[in-house]
Amino acid sequence: MPFNLLVLICLVYVIFLFLVAFVVESRAARGRLGFLRSPVIYTLSLSIYCTAWTFYGAVGYAARSGLEFLTIYLGPTLVFVGWWLVLRKLVRIGRQQRVTSIADLISSRFGKSNLLGVVVTLIAVIAATPYIALQLQSITLSFSVFARNTPEAWLVPGHADIALWVAGGLAVFTILFGTRNLDAKEQHHGIVTAIAVEAVVKLVALLAVGSFVVWGLAGGIGPMIDHIGTAEVPGWTFQSDRWVGLIALSAAAVISLPRMFQVMVVENIDESHLARASWAFPLYLFAMSLFILPIAVIGLERMPEGTNPDMLVLTLPLAEGQGALAMLAFLGGFSSATSMVIVETIALATMISNNLVMPLWLRLRPAAALSGDLRGGVLLTRRLAIAGVLALGFLYYRISGGSAALAAIGLIAFAGMAQFLPAMLGGIFWRGGTKIGALAGLVTGSAIWAYTLFLPSFGVDAVIPAQVFSEGLFGLGWLRPRALFGTEGMDPLVHSVFWSLSLNVIAFTLGSVLTFPDPVERIQGVAFVNAFDREAQAERLGWSHGQAEPEALLSLAQRILGEEALTFFEAQARAQGKEGFLPDLTPEFLAEAERKLAGSVGAATAHAMISQLFGRATVTVEDLMAVANETAQIMEYSAKLEAKQLELTRTARQLREVNDKLTQLSVQKDAFLSQISHELRTPMTSIRAFSEILTEGDLPPGMVADSGRIIHSEAVRLTRLLDDLLDLSVLESGTVQLNLELAHLGRMLDRAVQAASQTRPERSFEIRRDEMAEELHLMTDADRLVQVFINLISNARKYCDADPGLLRIVVRQKAGRVTVDFIDNGKGIPKEAQRLIFEKFARMTDQMRAGGAGLGLAIVREIMVNLGGTISYLPGQKGAAFRVTLPLRLEKPAAKSARAAAL
Amino acid sequence: MPQGPLFLARAVYRRRRLRDAARLLPVFGLLLLLLPAFGEQSGNLAHTAIYLFAVWALLILAACLLAPALSRSEAEGDPETDQGPQDMGDS
Repeated sequence: MPFNLLVLICLVYVIFLFLVAFVVESRAARGRLGFLRSPVIYTLSLSIYCTAWTFYGAVGYAARSGLEFLTIYLGPTLVFVGWWLVLRKLVRIGRQQRVTSIADLISSRFGKSNLLGVVVTLIAVIAATPYIALQLQSITLSFSVFARNTPEAWLVPGHADIALWVAGGLAVFTILFGTRNLDAKEQHHGIVTAIAVEAVVKLVALLAVGSFVVWGLAGGIGPMIDHIGTAEVPGWTFQSDRWVGLIALSAAAVISLPRMFQVMVVENIDESHLARASWAFPLYLFAMSLFILPIAVIGLERMPEGTNPDMLVLTLPLAEGQGALAMLAFLGGFSSATSMVIVETIALATMISNNLVMPLWLRLRPAAALSGDLRGGVLLTRRLAIAGVLALGFLYYRISGGSAALAAIGLIAFAGMAQFLPAMLGGIFWRGGTKIGALAGLVTGSAIWAYTLFLPSFGVDAVIPAQVFSEGLFGLGWLRPRALFGTEGMDPLVHSVFWSLSLNVIAFTLGSVLTFPDPVERIQGVAFVNAFDREAQAERLGWSHGQAEPEALLSLAQRILGEEALTFFEAQARAQGKEGFLPDLTPEFLAEAERKLAGSVGAATAHAMISQLFGRATVTVEDLMAVANETAQIMEYSAKLEAKQLELTRTARQLREVNDKLTQLSVQKDAFLSQISHELRTPMTSIRAFSEILTEGDLPPGMVADSGRIIHSEAVRLTRLLDDLLDLSVLESGTVQLNLELAHLGRMLDRAVQAASQTRPERSFEIRRDEMAEELHLMTDADRLVQVFINLISNARKYCDADPGLLRIVVRQKAGRVTVDFIDNGKGIPKEAQRLIFEKFARMTDQMRAGGAGLGLAIVREIMVNLGGTISYLPGQKGAAFRVTLPLRLEKPAAKSARAAAL
Repeated sequence: MPQGPLFLARAVYRRRRLRDAARLLPVFGLLLLLLPAFGEQSGNLAHTAIYLFAVWALLILAACLLAPALSRSEAEGDPETDQGPQDMGDS
């Protein structure tokens, strides 16, 4: 097959995946995931367990060692079939604590420790590097298989070039879709769906090749079994130690591989999907493994001596003249490798940014937590991390020369990742596990893994000198990398797994038993171990607050969560029975906010950031008592009391707020009356005075005209005031006639901007808009809405004290509602005035009296109620900011019920 | 250990035994899968392969039968004890 055609097919395939991811992302943005939320997608996405190592390597593995390849799939089968034991708890904890990666899980469990996060991240990156190299190697090999016999072989670039192109392409794809946004939960619907598609492709490809081999070449199932039975291959002896060791290793790996953790826990949308995956995922593995042995046996029989067994899936159909089948197999292998690399790099990049870079940055510049745009920084870090991880994989491929068998590299990575298992399982099932213990276990285990398996994999004398292999480190015989403590004659892999994991467990338990956890660790321990116990979930970690304003927390949250922070704060405020965007800083609210932030930047970073605002977390004596003893009944009783008390407090707070408001309203009513008399009297007085002058007669004509003009303009002012009052009373009574029509938002804003330019025409004032977002048609009363816009824009022109003034108009559409934000760059409105600005005759300062009668915002608010929407002041925007929210399609009854609800 | 009632309603009792079965399934699976490691090392490869695939298929089938009932029991919200030793309180 021509090499160019091969590249073209790959490109078309990648563009297709790109489109899938894109369509899903945009559907997800509109909240319409539909069937994409189904357990089928979840199960298929789990199939990234089957990488190119499965697709190509398993056949090579089977050709070299017989049935042993099955262990890699039997271990995960046991784990999934036994989901009720471990996976269910893991997924529950992941969702409860908004875990973003395996490093985040371990660091969060052991007292939100930064150090642990760093250690886990480093181990993960080191262990994943050979694995990523393996994927690059397999894609490169498969390209070269196709290119080998073509006439234009000289056109085909070298192996290293292909690997470089593939690594670059994958980096671009992953960055485009993995780091487009910073979500409150680290989920990537587009990528998950693209991976589900790839899962189908690789399964279909392998089944097709397998069926061709069994029915096309071997002549049916019976003859195939005979072929297998009579095959005599050296190295096919059944090794019991490897059999047991590898089943255990693969079972450990499926839980602790960063990419498996990513799709299984982080990307999980619904816990019930796990129940379906418990049998469907083993079924997928079963189907993938079914034809491996037949392909290997027939391949060994038919292919010439010296063929690379890792490429039999491709070379066998090619040798039999099945070009199309080989092409399908090629796409299957391509899918397996790309999907693995994409998810693995996303998982590692999340770890690197959340557990390595962000904490370091916050430590170097503590002030950064309180200023600057963090979202951009986090995203940039992730993008660089993705590129960096791929670069490491490419380097490993170049240095190792891409020579080793695929299966051997994969197992090295498995053994490295398995070192997370003791800390992880110990963390979620044993309250006694401590930070020191986890750290000791991880460091011991990974050091032994590196010494006995990873470093020797580069070859004798590459990193570890031959002398150390034969005589041990420092000449100590019991420190030989292949025979620790004199255990000679063991299989090197089993030897390494045995010693690293057992010493890991011993260090973890000993370290935990001998040390004492600090309070945060103990609280997190209870929350993790008792994940299914609702009461244990009431967070007992208190923040000593009082030093910070909710507004500071809001602006911090906004820099990480963006728009979502406002929604979250509003919901929390409503839960407390308050209006607006600023809830009280109760311990529950702070804990919830910390968890929300942790969903984006990891537990340790979120904890550090909130510490910057509120000082250290405090744990009271009661908290420790609650953790220490298990008097469940007392706790339940007091929880009930507490709930009642909470309810009372909330009611009291509501009452207090209503009372405050009533008092203020009464004051305002008096003020209103005196205001209105004043407002009416001033023009009246001048009208009276000038008309008296006029009645005296005998005046120069110029003066008559002047007086007439003054009388006229004062009369106009009076009329306007009365009009406003009338307007307001009509709006308030809800009897206003709405003129519903389909109107274009951009054009309405144009009209408003035009009309508002009459206000203080002399000042320089820029209005920044986004015309794309304004391409919306609303069913509403256009004239009324324009009136609202004019009012807000001219207010900005009038009161914004920055020079030059800048007004941003931001339009968003979400779930059938449209929000239009008007944000200027002025000083904003002081907090105590924010609640009053929508009241009648509320004007902040006397020097601003120049404008109307102070009815503008009150009218605006009433118009919005009539239009089925709201207007509110947005705090924390570095300027005065108003948010107008209204429905995309207003229907007449809706307006009435909205009115009723508002009353 | 908290004192639960000595006798449970039939449905609740069934649900708990169902969970026991779910916990034991991987243990039985492991024993069956380790069997070839203890047997004769040079047997017919095809027969070992067929045995392993059969055990595999049985495990999938068992999990497939258990899963819907398990997720239903979780949705019904039996006061979750989850820890093995506490479960013994009800038998």
